[in-house]
Amino acid sequence: MANGFLNTFLFVGLPYMALAIAIAVGILRFRSRPFSYSSLSSQFLENEQLFWGSNLFHWGLGWVLGGHLVGLLIPRTVLWWNANPLRLFVLESTALIGALLALFGVSALMVRRFYNKRVVAVTTPMDRILLTLLLIQILTGIDTALRYRWGSSWYASAAVPYLRSLLLFAPRPEFIVSLPWGPKLHMVSGFLVILAIPFTRLVHFLVVPIWYLWRKPQVVIWNRRTGARS
Amino acid sequence: MDIRSQISMVFHLDKCIGCHTCSIACKNVWTDRKGAEYMWWNNVETKPGTGFPTKWEDQEAYRGGWEVADGKLRLKSSGKGNYLKRIFYQPNMPTLEEYYEPWTYDYENLFNAPEGDDQPTARPVSKITGEYMEVESGPNWDDDLGGSPLYARNDPNLKALTEEQQLQLLSIEQLVMFYLPRICNHCLNPSCVASCPSGALYKRGEDGIVLVNQEVCRGWRFCVSACPYKKVFYNWNTGKSEKCILCYPRVETGQAPACFHSCVGRIRYMGVILYDADKIADAGLRPDSELVEAHREMILDPHDPAVIEAAHRAGISDAVVKSAQQSPVYKFVKEWGLALAPHPEYRTFPMLFYVPALAPVTATQTDGLLANDVENLFGAIDDARTPMAYLASLFSAGQEGPVRYAMKKQMAVRLWRRALTVGDIEVDVARRALREANCSPEEAEEIYKMTSLPTFEDRFVIPPSHREQAIEVLKNPLENKGLAGIGFREAPERGL
Ligand code: SF4
Ligand code: SF4
Repeated sequence: MANGFLNTFLFVGLPYMALAIAIAVGILRFRSRPFSYSSLSSQFLENEQLFWGSNLFHWGLGWVLGGHLVGLLIPRTVLWWNANPLRLFVLESTALIGALLALFGVSALMVRRFYNKRVVAVTTPMDRILLTLLLIQILTGIDTALRYRWGSSWYASAAVPYLRSLLLFAPRPEFIVSLPWGPKLHMVSGFLVILAIPFTRLVHFLVVPIWYLWRKPQVVIWNRRTGARS
Repeated sequence: MDIRSQISMVFHLDKCIGCHTCSIACKNVWTDRKGAEYMWWNNVETKPGTGFPTKWEDQEAYRGGWEVADGKLRLKSSGKGNYLKRIFYQPNMPTLEEYYEPWTYDYENLFNAPEGDDQPTARPVSKITGEYMEVESGPNWDDDLGGSPLYARNDPNLKALTEEQQLQLLSIEQLVMFYLPRICNHCLNPSCVASCPSGALYKRGEDGIVLVNQEVCRGWRFCVSACPYKKVFYNWNTGKSEKCILCYPRVETGQAPACFHSCVGRIRYMGVILYDADKIADAGLRPDSELVEAHREMILDPHDPAVIEAAHRAGISDAVVKSAQQSPVYKFVKEWGLALAPHPEYRTFPMLFYVPALAPVTATQTDGLLANDVENLFGAIDDARTPMAYLASLFSAGQEGPVRYAMKKQMAVRLWRRALTVGDIEVDVARRALREANCSPEEAEEIYKMTSLPTFEDRFVIPPSHREQAIEVLKNPLENKGLAGIGFREAPERGL
């Protein structure tokens, strides 16, 4: 019974709460304190460790996160792909490489953030919490990848239906309650990361300016033509 | 034709005494804040020298400005294609080391130190970490060190000189230096604006001032790399980029910017010019040898009825056109051809122009006797201690022609005035000099007046900006009578 309650809280209550708070607070913060939206880069203060930390972390994580997204969109194709052991091996190991890069990156970022004096000077408690959360997230992911050979198939056959049920507002945690604690922890910390978005510098990924690719090079703003740009 | 008006500037380098009053005026007004201590929106550097930040002119390292590739103008630092690649880590961005670590002193120790055998000292304390530090460099660290092996020797412009010239420049008898005060050039084709993926940087349509919208900036730092003059600075505390705002709150109320207003040498001129924005794209593609000309061609004659007519159609008010007609900048740049933009080869079309410093050798000493060399009128220019090639590297993309023209004219005006006031040069000789420098006696008088005797009003011809009209578009002034202002509504505090 207690277990059932915990499961409902972690896999139904928490994700909805995290998402709702992330969206509401994110919008509120964007509207009331736009100045606070920044990547808060510290490259200016330290750029050697950052080269490895930031590049590996962002590319590794982008790789893995992209994989999760693809799985969410086309789970059947993933299952079909994994039907062949060789292909399963290829998929699992490329994902693992991405995760290991991210792990190396986040560790470098943590060392830098906690021990470089200049960087410490611009470190907030939320930065520490966020980095720790991300480390847990990556570690639990790697743990799943290493310990369970069918990690990606599980994701496609259990986690994806569950995540989809969440998105359709008909939560069905039963898809995943029977999974081992490793992958479950991975999901919970994932929800915590989402919850952390509006309270940390993570907001910067919400405002990545993709539209730059289509913009004209120069921006001219006319006072008298109310914000008209040319 | 797309006529726009642009607040522009001229710095007369022959008049700069290197007092740094301008830098201090700016610092006190704008950058005396945490995260901005190291910034010098206005700095005065000694040339030849490495400048601030160190070797900012070395675009092989910093990759600022534009370049022409496949017949197209593109940012040297980051094309659109690879911008996502650089967003995580800017490979060409200067870091604190290239500026300096800001510090204060542990003054309290002077009062609180326990009694002892030695006098207490105030050790330097980092403004970033709050810990004791060794000061290794600071603002104007290379001040007056023309000829030094560490600074002058590493000036990127020396590449334009022969080995022999370089050695001469550094030998003790030949040492030469001049000051180069620098602020943001408020360029016509600003690479900082073009590089910002968030669109936080923008050029104001009415006066061309380039600004960073602090609420839109996300600290991606592209602009810091892209500005070839290194005049966008990253605030390490707020995580936002900042730059010279040309004191726009002052300019809008008809006052000269703080650095202009306080300039002791009175080297600074400000005025509006009219230009054709349609020409920017083509001008940017011209070969290096034509850049000075292309830049000048964009600037339109404010007395030309066709230009006035087109300006009115473009919504430029009469007052601005009038102001453009009196603009000292127009005179220096277009009419007299005396002022040149720094490093036109960066292709941003800076709107701050410099009158190159003359530093001539007008007399030679033989056996303890000083002799003026009047025979060879302009010999002094080529004998000038600063080699022409050096100035050409700085002001005209390596073309000696425009620099020589400006130098000759300055020299001729000097000879002319000397003939009139001191009289040790014959008026006829001076006239010949003027003719050779393509200058009429009337023009010489004008140049002389604008250089030596200008009043405040002559130096700063600031057009009315009609902000009251601009505001009416956005807000109803009657309804908003009690409004406190339109600036920050939240404290500019570092985000979580
Ligand atoms: S000088 Fe000023 S306007 Fe020109 S590119 Fe640099 S920051 Fe931008
Ligand atoms: S205040 Fe004027 S004279 Fe003094 S350093 Fe600045 S520009 Fe030169």
